[in-house]
Amino acid sequence: MKLLTLNFLTCARKACKTSAASFPLHPREAELEQVELDMNPQFIRNVLPRVEWEAMRSISQELGLPSLPDTAPGPEELADAEGGPTQILKDLHTLLMETTIASGKLLCANCGHEYAIKEGIANFLLPSHLV
Amino acid sequence: MSRPEDSLPPDLFYNDVESRKYTTSSRIRNIQADMTHRALELLDLQEPSFILDVGCGSGLSGEILSSVEEEDGGPHMWVGMDISSSMLAQALERDVEGDMLLADIGQGVAFRPGTFDAAISISAIQWLCNAETSDVSPEGRLKRFFDSLYASLKRGGKAVCQFYPKNAQQRSMITNAAIKAGFGAGILEDDPETKSVKVYLVLSVGGGDVTGAVSGMQDVDVYDTRRKERKRGKEFEKKGSKAWIMRKKGQMEAKGKVVKPSSKYTGRKRKTAF
Repeated sequence: MKLLTLNFLTCARKACKTSAASFPLHPREAELEQVELDMNPQFIRNVLPRVEWEAMRSISQELGLPSLPDTAPGPEELADAEGGPTQILKDLHTLLMETTIASGKLLCANCGHEYAIKEGIANFLLPSHLV
Repeated sequence: MSRPEDSLPPDLFYNDVESRKYTTSSRIRNIQADMTHRALELLDLQEPSFILDVGCGSGLSGEILSSVEEEDGGPHMWVGMDISSSMLAQALERDVEGDMLLADIGQGVAFRPGTFDAAISISAIQWLCNAETSDVSPEGRLKRFFDSLYASLKRGGKAVCQFYPKNAQQRSMITNAAIKAGFGAGILEDDPETKSVKVYLVLSVGGGDVTGAVSGMQDVDVYDTRRKERKRGKEFEKKGSKAWIMRKKGQMEAKGKVVKPSSKYTGRKRKTAF
């Protein structure tokens, strides 16, 4: 699962909907994998305002990735004078799109439920008593 | 042909054998591809977007989302959800680009508000009309799904869900659940009144006329069945007015009651007797 997707996922339980602690989900025992993907600068530009940067920072810290700047890069930092991709954009692409969690667990800080990840697919099926 | 929805729950029906059959059948692949292209046409996305694929299965529709050409506003990034692990295993084998989750859409979409630009669903949401256990109901599952889908789309976002309703009742149940969740909803039918009819539920979040989704498309007729706003003020029929009396007389006549014939004096105000 891409870190981009993780940045949008919350706990699926209804009781956790109202709690601020249900986002972000915390990766545990995560095995990371780099998957090469074509760069899509326009997509990153579109999606970046929606990314919760604080959550992104804490997740990358938990995963032991290099620390991120305090604030999200603005749109002007993504393209250089000729309109080509800058190093910041390339780094964002590597972080958001290419870094994936191959296996591990996602922990909800509110209810403590663990969602298993296997082969990059997270299991969000809830037993009926937890729905 | 029998409906798979009537035989088994989706996670059991799409086992390894069925999933492989589904994914490798060229007939199904062609139909799925046509429907995905039609849905994309309805979504009318201008730039690379973040799309939720509800009931993504083996990623047949997702593959098309990733392969949209740059001049057509692509390629899009997608996240898929499906309840069948065998289907997702097929998707892994085929090495699709999007992310996938093993999840039951009837339990809701677990994304934060305003995540997606658009959502797409090909032949999936009719499964919501089945309740497999006694502690859930189709209405409850539909409500949970559409409410969470509504929240997860950004304002101005659109969703297109192609589905196979079993009957008119199921069709209105699904549509009403979407409208209750707050969507502007419309249904597009391709090849109506034939065996291969395709039903697309077009949903929009926040403002905007949903009929705008088909503007500029050829051979599409719009039937607006929304309730017209009640006329107010002068035009509204007042109780005791001539129009009201005429309507009531008509009603009574239709019931077979004896009604006095109408004349120019009917409903006219009497002079005040001194």
